[in-house]
Amino acid sequence: MNARYGAWLALAAVLLVALPLVHRDPYHLHIMVLILIWSFAYTSWSMMGRFGLTSLGHGGFMGVGAYVTALLWNHLGVSPWLGIPIALVCAGALALIVAYPCFRFRITGHYFALVTLALSGIVLQVITASRDYTGGSLGYTPEAATGSKLLALQSSDKTVWYFGALAVWVAGLLIWFLVDRSMMRHAMEAISEDEDAAAAAGVNVTSEKLKITVLSALMTALAGAVYCQYQMFISPDTVSGIAVSLQMVFAAVVGGLYVALGPTVGAVITILLAEVLRVGFGTRAVGWDNLIYGVLLVAFIIFLPKGILGSLLERVRVRR
Amino acid sequence: MQDFLDIFDIYLLEAVLNGILLGGVLALLALGLNLVFGVIDVIWICYAELIMIGMYAMFYLVSGFGVSYWFAAPLCILLVAGLGAVLHLLVIAPLLSAPPINQLLATGGVLFFLQSFATVAFGIDFRNIGIQLPVLGIGEMHFSYARLLAFIAALVGMVAVYVFMKKSYVGTAIRAIAQDRHIMVLMGVDTRRVYLITSALGGALAGLAACLLVLLYDVHPFIGLSIGPITFLICVLGGLGNFIGGFVAAFVFAEIISLGGLFSDLEWGYVLAFGFFILMMFVRPRGLLARRS
Repeated sequence: MNARYGAWLALAAVLLVALPLVHRDPYHLHIMVLILIWSFAYTSWSMMGRFGLTSLGHGGFMGVGAYVTALLWNHLGVSPWLGIPIALVCAGALALIVAYPCFRFRITGHYFALVTLALSGIVLQVITASRDYTGGSLGYTPEAATGSKLLALQSSDKTVWYFGALAVWVAGLLIWFLVDRSMMRHAMEAISEDEDAAAAAGVNVTSEKLKITVLSALMTALAGAVYCQYQMFISPDTVSGIAVSLQMVFAAVVGGLYVALGPTVGAVITILLAEVLRVGFGTRAVGWDNLIYGVLLVAFIIFLPKGILGSLLERVRVRR
Repeated sequence: MQDFLDIFDIYLLEAVLNGILLGGVLALLALGLNLVFGVIDVIWICYAELIMIGMYAMFYLVSGFGVSYWFAAPLCILLVAGLGAVLHLLVIAPLLSAPPINQLLATGGVLFFLQSFATVAFGIDFRNIGIQLPVLGIGEMHFSYARLLAFIAALVGMVAVYVFMKKSYVGTAIRAIAQDRHIMVLMGVDTRRVYLITSALGGALAGLAACLLVLLYDVHPFIGLSIGPITFLICVLGGLGNFIGGFVAAFVFAEIISLGGLFSDLEWGYVLAFGFFILMMFVRPRGLLARRS
């Protein structure tokens, strides 16, 4: 089993690395890059979502990651190599400020979802309100590099971005597996079953929840920053706010938030669906993708709460 | 009167009074959501989208078919009440025994659906119902007549719900279920029927809100994203399911937005209100009026 598993893994790795060298169609590469970046974002959300911490504030973390990086570059000339870590620190601090009292005062379930909803609302409003700096709802563009492109972390070569996004995505999966094998996972599973029982068994509930939340926020902010550097255009509606938060939840639920590759499957499905509709029907398709998402999300939660990949894997396991 | 007004900065007073008027509308918004949460223990994330559909119904009835406003309003309320019942039957009822967060996410799917449905069916243009109500001038202050009307209608709606809950048999059953949903089944109350009635009632309140909001704002498919979050925050601030708390929280919120907007942009008013909300969650996690545990 293990050898076969390793062989499959190696094959997948070779295929993913070889793809841009063989197939150079820029449009397809663009879609691949988008899928990888969003997969990473959805994976970040599932890091805490799988333990019953349903956050609707991840749009906020993503917005902080994207906007702080871009603002530092445009206004202070700070290279994204330094700007991204700063943005991550900001997002982490934001997560701490909101999450610590939440966990300390046992704000869970509905209440947690709504407090984090307020967070993404705040980030969206702050970005829109400080329009003198951020361009408001019209969006924002990091200035094109005049000197070294590497220093500015900009590139017009899709192949470069493909490898960058691939690396980030793989890193996300690695973090997932590390968490999966750590004590943190057992602690979090105990907490999601019953907080009091977990606390009685010696789990430090607040600190365990805080760790996973900050980790998830950092990853989401990184996704926002990478997205910003790749697209070279961000707007409050595409990287922050409630719609983005819900989009993350949706993709993770559809793909399956309890398995490592579930969010990736979710990203593939949602992005391909949107693109197929866009290419097939053009402007007439505006809104149709979300219409289908909405129906799918409801149907999935009712009939297939473990998501596509989650249910498939379960079926395979039962058959064995 | 004039002496009294002179004491205050006239703009401050105007902002405070406008805040009160806004508070009435927000309180109405919160009422429907609180009702549904208090009884069924479900949060309709798509609540504001129901209002949006109601606003479109009003727009098309009044400007499209030339129905008079007063005749269109009951139709709109009925329509959204029906939508509330359908939402319960199709989405919530199958999920009643699922983890609560799943119900919240499923209504998130409905949010996507309704928003895109409006985009596809009605387009993304901003639409105005075209009823211009005069502006009321008292002293040097100006109040929109529409806001005053909305405020009064909101109060009447709330009193009507209160009377219904206190006096009617169904209302008593609803309150009983809100207190203990498991024991009421043993007492012979048909919970499914009560849930359905509550959902329809919650929808009707959304419909009423739609009739009023359509006078104040242009309707577009994404209006739910601007009125939805604030409604949820008010409900949580007041304590989910706590009607009086929601009422108080609505006015607190409205004043913060109105006064914040006076000193700076309206968006900063919202930022202030949201920040206040997060702060209050830590001071009083179970709502403004909740007893400390």
